Amino acid sequence: MTNVAKSEKVMTAPAKKKDYGDPIVSVRGLKKHFPIKSGLIFQRETAAVKAVDGLDFDIFRGETLGLVGESGCGKSTTGRTILQLHRATSGTVNFEGTELTTLKGNSLREMRRKMQIIFQDPYASLNPRMSISRIISEPLVVHGIGSERDRQKRVEELLERVGLNPFFANRYPHEFSGGQRQRIGVARALALEPSFIVCDEPISALDVSIQAQVVNLLQDLQRDMGLTYLFIAHDLSMVRHICDRVAVMYLGKIVEMAESEELYTNPLHPYTQALLSAVPVPDPDVEENRQRIILKGDLPSPANPPVGCNFNTRCPVAIDVCFDWDPELIEVLPGHWVACHRVT
Amino acid sequence: MAVGSIQLEQKSGELRGLYEEAMQEGAEYQGLSEKEARYAASQWTMIWRRFRRNRFAMLGGVIVLIYYVLALFANFVAPYTLQTRFPKQTYLPPQPVYFFDEGTLRPYVYEVESSYDENLRRVFTRTDKKIHLEFFAKGEPYKLMGLFKTDVHLFQAPGGVVAILGTDRQGRDMFTRILIGGQISLTIGLVGVIMSLVLGTVLGIVSGYYGGLVDEIIQRLIEVVRAFPSIPLWMALSAAVPKDWSQIQTYFAITLILSLIGWTWLARQLRGVVLSLRESDYIMAARLAGASDSRIIFKHLVPATIGQIIVVATLSLPSMILAETALSYLGLGLRPPTTSWGVLLNEVQNLQSLALYPWVFSPAFVIVIVTVAFSFLGDGLRDAADPYTV
Repeated sequence: MTNVAKSEKVMTAPAKKKDYGDPIVSVRGLKKHFPIKSGLIFQRETAAVKAVDGLDFDIFRGETLGLVGESGCGKSTTGRTILQLHRATSGTVNFEGTELTTLKGNSLREMRRKMQIIFQDPYASLNPRMSISRIISEPLVVHGIGSERDRQKRVEELLERVGLNPFFANRYPHEFSGGQRQRIGVARALALEPSFIVCDEPISALDVSIQAQVVNLLQDLQRDMGLTYLFIAHDLSMVRHICDRVAVMYLGKIVEMAESEELYTNPLHPYTQALLSAVPVPDPDVEENRQRIILKGDLPSPANPPVGCNFNTRCPVAIDVCFDWDPELIEVLPGHWVACHRVT
Repeated sequence: MAVGSIQLEQKSGELRGLYEEAMQEGAEYQGLSEKEARYAASQWTMIWRRFRRNRFAMLGGVIVLIYYVLALFANFVAPYTLQTRFPKQTYLPPQPVYFFDEGTLRPYVYEVESSYDENLRRVFTRTDKKIHLEFFAKGEPYKLMGLFKTDVHLFQAPGGVVAILGTDRQGRDMFTRILIGGQISLTIGLVGVIMSLVLGTVLGIVSGYYGGLVDEIIQRLIEVVRAFPSIPLWMALSAAVPKDWSQIQTYFAITLILSLIGWTWLARQLRGVVLSLRESDYIMAARLAGASDSRIIFKHLVPATIGQIIVVATLSLPSMILAETALSYLGLGLRPPTTSWGVLLNEVQNLQSLALYPWVFSPAFVIVIVTVAFSFLGDGLRDAADPYTV
């Protein structure tokens, strides 16, 4: 309550930290609903899990956009729908001027050379029956790039690029540690020289000591190769460290989006405030006085979201209008977007 | 993971060498925790290590191996050929083989004389004449593995008859007939299983991978096939095999019939596996790399399911053998002069044989043993096939 009131007072325009160019990815009205079917033989669609329910955002060339939110809020589905690993229910995804949602077959395959993914679980993302060399060169083989020898050379280059000994090329994934496997996953993603990479919680399955290594690797690669990242995570302090902008998702929708410093110092949406209040502060004096906002209840089922604002079942500051109308994502400060009736 | 990661990063080469050394010496856990040793072993090493611990499975494996080796060299091991008859020794009971003759190892059998009793039934009396067995002796000519002409048999009884499992109605040696019949019975299973594996693998993986309508159609088809009572279906199908077909043609027709029914189990199993694999990250990565469906199926999904395929193959072999036996026993499968275990049993379909000449049922025991051995082997393989779980 008080937080919201306070933040309204400090609503002064923040200085734009970075000059953004043209968007590399433009998402408009993106929805992904997974049908729930019932019936024995003639199945009818009786309901839908609204994993992603209307997203609008841009990702600018060379930036890292963080996507945070609790488990099951649709972060990963968003990433995969952008890559067309799931086909969108409605909405558009524009990548470097090409509309992806209607692409099929070979033209889609060509576009996929420019966008790749790094997965969360380094144990599930590498085929245990293939050698590292075959895993990394598979995209090259599929696209018919280079001769066998060229590809082998490229694999060695890539391994070196991600900080692994090229000598490892003929080994199998089970011979590597989690951090090493994640590096192999990065090497595979880089094989086709993409411009855009979805990092689907790339560090949350790793030990803390290894997390920093992988994050540093990702940042080095971004600097050297001009990559654009969509960085999906739930570790808020890591997101603050590496992202230029951050979008907060709740139940399939973006509730707040801003540059990361702005979002962390001036969170406007009550959900963002609750999330940030849960981050421990590495300063004993501050940590002692840290006030946690504890949300009541669980995430509602995305198959049956609440009427009005999605967050109204758990919101500490909800008012009548929140139960009637779904708030729109509005730019309340330059570059700072919020979907909350109490703010706008 | 946590244990190895940093160390491995620096000196994985060194450690790997250590692992391999430990593996080779058979001291798997020397200086390494069990977890680390498992971490370093290949999938097949782990399967073998787990399988070896299961004694029943090992026993089953050894028995199955012996059966197939015997089938391969059946003509050599058998003292006679399929056609050899001893008209005077019909329904000869099994002859005991005595190994020691006056303290030295020199196997022999006693000569038997046949005569008729007052009911004109043949009776055998043992004489005192010893017939010593000769090993690697010349006997009737045959072709070893259908290729090499030879007449050397493992053992012969010169000047007499040796029938360790007795003879049948026509005076043919049961031991010889079981050995040579095994060639067909054991391979009809193999051919049938391979054919049903191909059918089951393709349909199961396609069903799981594509889902939707394709899945629906294949699953309903499986239900229909499984709902048929099997024996009437076999009868109908084998009735469709023309009577004037050659032995080889009939043989293949029977395997085709057996495999047309046998594939459903495998297809069901693989569908389940593929359904979960389809959404796995590495399949996603392959799709994002632009891999075609056929590449994903053959380069990723088939190798991933090979463990299950082998297990199902092993477990369905005995049912194939039994099915052939059942068909032939009913007179619907192979017919004499082709000889299989089913045909052997078909020739003794009466109570009289069971009461008076029980040894002609010896093929049944041979079948029981191999079936149980296959089941042990398959169970052991199934337990060992997923080595990444403890």
